[in-house]
Amino acid sequence: MSEEKHHISSYKSHLLVLLALLILTAASVAVTSVEMGAYNTLVAMLLAGAKATLVLLWFMHLRFDNKIYAIFTAFVIVLFLLVLFVTFFDYSYR
Amino acid sequence: MSESTTSSKHVSFLEYKGKYKGLLGWIFSTDHKRVGLLYLYTMLVFFSIAATLGLLMKLQMLAPGHTLMGPQTYNAMFTVHGIIMIFVIVVPGLPAVFGNFFLPLMIGAKDVAFPRLNLASWWIYVIGILVVLSSQFIGGWPDTGWTFYAPYSFQTPVNIVPALVGATIMGFSSILTGINFIVTIHRMRAPGMTWFKMPLFPWTLYATAWIQVLATPVIGITLLLTLMERLLGVGIFDPRLGGDPILYQHLFWIYSHPAVYIMILPGMGVISEIIPVFSRKSIYGYKAIVLSSLAIAFVGYFVWGHHMFTSGMSGRALYAFSFLTFLVAIPSAIKVFNWVSTMHKGSLLLQTPFYWAVSFIFVFMIGGLTGLVLGSLATNVHVHDTYFVVAHFHFIVFGGTGYSFMAAIHYWFPKMFGRMYDRSWANIGWVTFFAGFLSLYTPMFVLGLQGMPRRYYDYLPEFHAWHIFSTLGSILMIAGAAIVIINLVRSSRHGQKTSEKNPWGGKTLEWQADTPPTLENWEEVPTVTQKPYEYK
Repeated sequence: MSEEKHHISSYKSHLLVLLALLILTAASVAVTSVEMGAYNTLVAMLLAGAKATLVLLWFMHLRFDNKIYAIFTAFVIVLFLLVLFVTFFDYSYR
Repeated sequence: MSESTTSSKHVSFLEYKGKYKGLLGWIFSTDHKRVGLLYLYTMLVFFSIAATLGLLMKLQMLAPGHTLMGPQTYNAMFTVHGIIMIFVIVVPGLPAVFGNFFLPLMIGAKDVAFPRLNLASWWIYVIGILVVLSSQFIGGWPDTGWTFYAPYSFQTPVNIVPALVGATIMGFSSILTGINFIVTIHRMRAPGMTWFKMPLFPWTLYATAWIQVLATPVIGITLLLTLMERLLGVGIFDPRLGGDPILYQHLFWIYSHPAVYIMILPGMGVISEIIPVFSRKSIYGYKAIVLSSLAIAFVGYFVWGHHMFTSGMSGRALYAFSFLTFLVAIPSAIKVFNWVSTMHKGSLLLQTPFYWAVSFIFVFMIGGLTGLVLGSLATNVHVHDTYFVVAHFHFIVFGGTGYSFMAAIHYWFPKMFGRMYDRSWANIGWVTFFAGFLSLYTPMFVLGLQGMPRRYYDYLPEFHAWHIFSTLGSILMIAGAAIVIINLVRSSRHGQKTSEKNPWGGKTLEWQADTPPTLENWEEVPTVTQKPYEYK
């Protein structure tokens, strides 16, 4: 492994991602005061999903790494979404 | 091709002198083979304990009423029996023992990708077991059943905290083993071993490893939430606090149903190794078996609701889970057809590993077909929480994992220890065990259909005759297991020495390695040129 410090993404992009994460966090808090019934959960999950995606792509370097890792991660996310989908066969119709 | 016998000058992994000697040389060894054997010995000890608990339960059921133990002791017995058998034996089971030992040998690697992490997995596993066992000294044995169902798990006066924490810790061991195997299979296959030249046991380990990595965190989180519910009253599962006890069941089975495939898939891999070798024929439908393993691993994630048909789930969820359950039967059946087709017109070699393998197919078929009774909504309601479920469960889990474990150890024993077991006693052990197994569990199907509920320490006199039959079966089965275990333990030290590399005529790579293998398995990593199981 090279001793030289080499950053594959710039400080600027890291700061922008941080800013985006902070905005999305504020949005997660703000949305709790809007009454949307069952959709509150959906919106909260979407915001959390967007934050996780940013972290995965930039901070965990998926964007810059071999595509196979991105494919595996995408597969896992799809699996997770399918598990949620099947679970809501119960919660949506109980 | 290398020579057929191992040179007398070679130093096997059993004789190798490392940094530490004696016991320390084992518990601090990062050699994948020693780690595999550490798991084997640990499991042997705990299997003996859990089997004894099982036998005591059967003796209690020999006659109605309070005979050997009362209801609280019985509850503790089936809970500890279940926790040990599931979390300590069958979930780690084949991957931890034979996966660790044979995965690198079968793919032509010198070790797993992360040897230290591998040893850490065993240590974490042992710590988890010790935490579970500490229950006895800090509040008594848990009495919830191995499923820790809400709301009872946070209401019982017995201290179940150590059991919850211990099971969570053992989950980490499973995840680490899974990560190790995924990386090993991706990165360390021998030159020439493309994905579709890889033997079937590593393929099933690969499918299993993904389940271990992706499903096990769910049980960890669920058990920790139960802990929070019990200690802090956070109101996730407790209906008095606005929680949903059915959510517990969803989360628990989102892990625990895929966990059934963690238990059974490597077993199917072992059978897929043994059947072609002892039929002297190439495996029928190699790719179909590979793809069906992956299909089982995938579809197995979506069938958990069939454990919850009477829980009060929505009607639509019931239909969806029933449909998906029937779907997962297809890839399982594909494997059975392939094994039977492989044997068809083969030159069958009637040896102990083959006996265990064909009896696996028999009991697995019964377990699988009775699973359809449970997967069907209408019949499930009648037999839910009866002995029918206990019988089905043991035919699948014990019949599946247990038989394949026995098949595996009789198949690979000469390679592991450089000695051969007494074949006559091995066959006597098998036939005794098989007869005992059928006598123990088959009456439970009848009892279940008649309405005998599971987890009761007492019963009505009308069930007496079948219970006697079943208890006598349990004694026979334990006798069979004792014969098998004593024969293997004795043979590992005093059995006839063998340096033959390939006593069964297997075509996979592990049979080219020395007997027993050296520390790093190969002096020169082999190059793979042909598919596995190429019999002319």
